[in-house]
Amino acid sequence: MTLIDHLPVFLIAIPILASLLILVAGWWDRRFCYPISLVTILSQFGAAVIILAQVMREGTVRYYLGGWAPPLGIELAIDSFNGFILATILLLSVATVIYARKSVEHEIGPEKTIAFYVLFQLLVTGLVGMTITGDIFNLYVFLEISSIAAYALIASARKPRSYLASFNYLILGSIAGGFILIGTGNLYAATGALNMLDIARLLPASFELATVHAGFLFLVIGYSIKAAFFPLHIWLPDAYAESPSAVTILISTVMSKVSVYALFRIIFTIFTTAYIVDVFPVTGFILFIATVAMIAGAVIAIAQSDLKRMLAYSSISQIGYIMFALGVANQIALEGGILHILGHAVMKGCLFMVAGLIIYRVGTSRLSDLGGIAKVMPISCAAFALAGASMIGIPPTIGFMSKYYLVLGALEAGHWVYAAILLLGSLLAVGYIWRFIEIAYFRDGHDGGSGARTLEAPASMLAPMVALALLCLLLGIFVEGLMEIVGPAASLLLGGA
Amino acid sequence: MIGSFYELFFARYNYWMAIILMLIGLYALIAKQNLVKKLIGLNIFQTAIFLFYISLGEVRGGTAPIYLPEGVDALYVNPLPHVLILTAIVVGVSVTAVGLSLIVRIHEEYGVIDEAELLQELRRR
Repeated sequence: MTLIDHLPVFLIAIPILASLLILVAGWWDRRFCYPISLVTILSQFGAAVIILAQVMREGTVRYYLGGWAPPLGIELAIDSFNGFILATILLLSVATVIYARKSVEHEIGPEKTIAFYVLFQLLVTGLVGMTITGDIFNLYVFLEISSIAAYALIASARKPRSYLASFNYLILGSIAGGFILIGTGNLYAATGALNMLDIARLLPASFELATVHAGFLFLVIGYSIKAAFFPLHIWLPDAYAESPSAVTILISTVMSKVSVYALFRIIFTIFTTAYIVDVFPVTGFILFIATVAMIAGAVIAIAQSDLKRMLAYSSISQIGYIMFALGVANQIALEGGILHILGHAVMKGCLFMVAGLIIYRVGTSRLSDLGGIAKVMPISCAAFALAGASMIGIPPTIGFMSKYYLVLGALEAGHWVYAAILLLGSLLAVGYIWRFIEIAYFRDGHDGGSGARTLEAPASMLAPMVALALLCLLLGIFVEGLMEIVGPAASLLLGGA
Repeated sequence: MIGSFYELFFARYNYWMAIILMLIGLYALIAKQNLVKKLIGLNIFQTAIFLFYISLGEVRGGTAPIYLPEGVDALYVNPLPHVLILTAIVVGVSVTAVGLSLIVRIHEEYGVIDEAELLQELRRR
């Protein structure tokens, strides 16, 4: 085997080693932390792109850990769906780590940077592991690695409220973890297998068993809590609003997406469409809850008085869009849903970066204190406007493209009412995005009279934000290239080639 | 009638024990006001899941899955669930540690670890 064949395992092994290296090097000199972290995540991203290219060329990449083939061993399996997710989350991780450097020094304090980078690295490891593993118990283990890192990172804001937010997330996250564990146990009891493909192969024989139904519900509810799918989102607003900006960016863009990915993987790859449509019809119910999530999240977002909290509720609404695809469950809608996983990660990452910059410079994210902020932070507010336009779904942004496919899919499946509600949800997005734009551009407060003073943040924070904002636009324009990955990914989920 | 009743409850009493423990744990997680008690509830909840897994692998009259010399016939219990639960126990311990350290911080910050008093404290600030 050449080195290239071992790339999948490097994706997990290298960041774990790097987290130890950061710890040791950080003791020696704190300045080593950031470069090591950046190089690791960049090389992971490079590896992810290489693997994705290989998957598109040759089909699914399978890697047997230690050379033990399943069912004895654990396998890493990368197909077009999770290859795409992998590239997405690592792209966002690169942007976040570049952004984090200044932000962390400011919000967490220089003496805690070592701990931050170690935990950051472990969080990314856990999420990457969740994405590429082909073993259902492995999925649980990586989920807990990422969760425990996330609890500590949320509390690292060292504000009194962030401890509470972290504790509440810990309680709910552990209940979710417990449910996932029970569900995994049920599937093992029914099939005697833990490898996803093996379970998928053996499960149809016991589709009618109560054990399988219970396992399905436990798994779906567990991952729905982690993904903050309405009404299981209670932990999310506090966790997003109270954690340091860099952490908010990572957990809002990457972590929630990976949980959604796990949900897709379990429902479509393990249980297959035959189960959710014929044996245990849940798609209609998921579709209904998803539309409720879209509307409720957006309405509550409009009512918020804090920028970060507003964006957090908007995330709940956007998770609804992705789950909408799961509810419709046809080719076009799933393409839209997968596209929206990328789209929402990029635009919400950009929006939270703007919120972080405002906290960095102004020290608050209360909307009432931000009047006229666009005059002193023109680049940030322009980025917000661009990403916000994508959030609303104005062509030709990526947000428009994904919603377009979602609506097309819903219409093809005959869900006219739901398609209409989806458009209404986009209209509500205008409500909360415009609210900030109006405050930032058309209210007074931050002119300061001087006119010359600018509050723009350091370039290392601006660059990833601007890059993500432009990406919202570019991905929308060059969506054809993306569809070549997303199309096969969607048909893969539906049981095709 | 008696037979099916027996079948449902006593023949699988291990699962019922796990379910009862799990519900006790969940009750404590939701209903208890004290944060430490919540964490204890979480531990009971997790232990119930461990018991569920461990009894899943049990075979009546089975022995520990150790390789025996040629010719010796033995019935083995299934070791896989036990190994899985070893991992889950580690996860449970880590979560408890993080949770307890968070409670220490909350107590340092607010001086209380009772949810109702904590809410009062938050409102006061």
